[in-house]
Amino acid sequence: MVTFLARRALLALLVTLTVLTISFALTRLSGDLAVSIAGPQATAQDVEIIRKAYGLDRPLLAQFFDWVGSAASGDLGRSYLYHEPAAKLIRERLPVTLTLGLTGLCIALLTAIPLGILAAMREGSLLDRAIMLIAVIGQAMPSFWLGLLLIIWVGLKLQLLPISGVDTWDGYILPGIVLAFSAIPALMRLTRSGMVDALASDYIRTARAKGLSRASIVLKHALRNAAMPVVAVAAVQLGFMLSGSIVIESVFSLHGVGYLGWESISKNDFPVVQAVVLFLAIVYICLTLLADLLNAVLDPRLRAA
Amino acid sequence: MSGFPPLRRIAAGLGAVIVLGVAFAAIFAPLLVPHDPFLQDLNQRMVPPSWMEGGMPAHLFGTDQLGRDYLSRLIYGARISMLIGVMTVITSGLIGITLGVLGGFFGGRVDDVVMFAITCRLSIPLILVALSVVSLIGSSLTVVVFTLGLLLWDRFAVVARTTTMQVRTLDYVSAAWAAGCSRSYILLREVLPNIVHHLIVVATLEMALAILLEAALSFLGLGVPPPLPSWGLMISEAKDYMFFSPWVIMVPGIALFVLVLGINFLGDGLRDLLGATRDA
Amino acid sequence: MSETLLDVQGLRVRFGGGTEAVRGVSLAVDRGETHCLVGESGCGKSVSALAVMTLLARGATRSAERMAFAGTDLLGLDERGMAKLRGNRMAMIFQEPMTSLNPAYTVGSQMAEVMRRHRGASRRAALDRAAALLGRVGITAPGMRLAQYPHQLSGGLRQRVMIAMALMCDPELLIADEPTTALDVTVQAQILRLLLELQRELGLAILLITHDLGIVARMAHRVSVMYAGQVVESAPAADLFAAPTHPYTRGLLDCVPAPGKVARGAQLGSIPGTVPRIPLGFTGCAFRDRCAQAMPECSGDIPAQTRIPGHRYLCRLPAGWPRDAAA
Repeated sequence: MVTFLARRALLALLVTLTVLTISFALTRLSGDLAVSIAGPQATAQDVEIIRKAYGLDRPLLAQFFDWVGSAASGDLGRSYLYHEPAAKLIRERLPVTLTLGLTGLCIALLTAIPLGILAAMREGSLLDRAIMLIAVIGQAMPSFWLGLLLIIWVGLKLQLLPISGVDTWDGYILPGIVLAFSAIPALMRLTRSGMVDALASDYIRTARAKGLSRASIVLKHALRNAAMPVVAVAAVQLGFMLSGSIVIESVFSLHGVGYLGWESISKNDFPVVQAVVLFLAIVYICLTLLADLLNAVLDPRLRAA
Repeated sequence: MSGFPPLRRIAAGLGAVIVLGVAFAAIFAPLLVPHDPFLQDLNQRMVPPSWMEGGMPAHLFGTDQLGRDYLSRLIYGARISMLIGVMTVITSGLIGITLGVLGGFFGGRVDDVVMFAITCRLSIPLILVALSVVSLIGSSLTVVVFTLGLLLWDRFAVVARTTTMQVRTLDYVSAAWAAGCSRSYILLREVLPNIVHHLIVVATLEMALAILLEAALSFLGLGVPPPLPSWGLMISEAKDYMFFSPWVIMVPGIALFVLVLGINFLGDGLRDLLGATRDA
Repeated sequence: MSETLLDVQGLRVRFGGGTEAVRGVSLAVDRGETHCLVGESGCGKSVSALAVMTLLARGATRSAERMAFAGTDLLGLDERGMAKLRGNRMAMIFQEPMTSLNPAYTVGSQMAEVMRRHRGASRRAALDRAAALLGRVGITAPGMRLAQYPHQLSGGLRQRVMIAMALMCDPELLIADEPTTALDVTVQAQILRLLLELQRELGLAILLITHDLGIVARMAHRVSVMYAGQVVESAPAADLFAAPTHPYTRGLLDCVPAPGKVARGAQLGSIPGTVPRIPLGFTGCAFRDRCAQAMPECSGDIPAQTRIPGHRYLCRLPAGWPRDAAA
């Protein structure tokens, strides 16, 4: 297993390097970065000044190695807009995004796992069909639209929950629900199919032959085995949620990392864009590594190998 | 267990009707619209749908903040959604299927490279990168299509790869090898036809995803540029008025939701019909 | 010795697709005896056992005229009442030792939970008993095995674990569904010997399901031969081997080579054809298409006959019909 994890870590490193390259290339897509920064009203002279000031006059390759070198030492560049290190900006915004992501994940798991179990226990029944219909509907729901609907109906008409900002903890609930919606279908399907397989397995027949209670059979013996892939996918889903929170943060005016990215994109603050892309990619890579690790811990067959 | 086949068949039929209906609206939009979707009439702004109080029979779904007919914009918006969906699937399908089939068929080093590409693609934050690209190159329909196409090939690649691996070991492929057929012949004539039903199902999933993503990009102001009536953009433009007249976001939102739901239903139906698995 | 522990009469099991897998099976297992249920695969012997334990898969429906265990009417028990008996007074082991243990839990925790559930034993006490039983079924270093996961054990070891687990609460009846089929021949012999020993020691009644007549000859006090969902012949083991009466039983016995009695290269017996699928409403003898003695009346009602008391068979032929009579 140590070799397996070492291989995975090496792969993660290679992926990180590739993403580093992509995020660098991304900001050079426009052709001339200095022109973009200077804006449409700038004179040729202004552009030259900016080009010099940001080191954009140097060869592309030199700029690239600068970026890789400083990124490796934790320096993700400076914001043109805030005149602060991009890493610091991300660190300041991270708690909001992380809280939002974890809230979303909790809501998603607390919804998807019980519903998935219920659907599996009544496989083929009307209840099963109804639950799977929820999955299809969840998949079709545009998240930003759902967010707006919740703001109108729950926030404004019913006045149950705050609709923007996170001055209090309950500000995370509505955006958390919207974020959870994107992960629920996949997690629910996975729980259901895992439970269907587990419930039909020989060891469940053994558990029944032992006279165990229904709760013990379903929750201890079946769920434990069905949960292994769910846990791994949940970690990956958290990654998607963090990088997908950009839409939800803008709907609910949450000033998290996603919002920072969007703001930087609309204001041509390229070092920050570059940094946010890289940061989210690394978070995702770490989460997939974590998923592998969790799988290895949960599955005794992998632990020994 | 078969469960309730009629229910599934009804859903699939409903999906087909929705998708064909939207496609029809998209193709014949100029003939169907009651008004010019770009024509502003500042005297008739924010007219509610005709069944609501203050509605006008001339504007079935009302008008927007610039007095443009909502129904006409909705019909033209179908063009954008369908165009984005179809073109993105073609682009991403070409990339993903090529990579997946090559990896699954040749295995070894080739497969390592393909797997690496898939891992890299999944690590990249989708929406953020799409937004940056559109912002840097400039927003237009073409840019959005190609950006999404270049980003959404991962599922095609994963499914093409696994199914190719399964097909490769089947008897008739071995027989073709033994008969001395060339690699390209085997790939195109033996492998591809036998995985295509899985790929069709993936295509529906990706089409739905592309349509949702375009709407999200347009909603954030970095998708298709105004005054094009993308449904996402319509929601974005209307959201300042939604507290007083919620229908302004309901109309395009429901259109988007119904279309994506229809595509998903159709995909589920095709999966049943073609005997494909969900993610292979 | 002759007190009836398990009494089943007229057991029927029907599956969703309109097929009947078990068609009126009657079985009686006495305390302390081994009753072997023999037949080809698909004849309904495993389904019968699962029906007795109320472990049938969903979509199967069970009915019976009578089904009693130690005087308790099993038909009247709900799932809760049945769960109180299972693993406690009646235990079952299965054909697939590789998949019958939960891969996610240690051997010890899976064994201990039986006793904790039925006896309310402490974890410590349950583990002690588990270790003692592992030792009893011939597993060395039981303490270490308790902490291991199923995938770390061989098939033979896993089946021993299953047996030990079944014995946790001192059951009166053990149903063993082809317990040695998936194992190597040498391991098979060890497991069977173990079952025999345990029976003698604990006074256990065993319902042993098998397709292997060699096993029957070594283990059985009484034998019931099943064909197409019916018991076609039932007799004390010695009687059955001495005077097989149903044509199917005779056919089965002809398929087994007896060393010394069969010449090298001689033709072994075989039964032509395969086990038919029985549609609902089928009448007559299900074996008639494969039977050399078949006559037109075989498609009518078949009488249940008694050769000598305790030896019953389901065929219109008279007891002691000559082998070549109709040929």
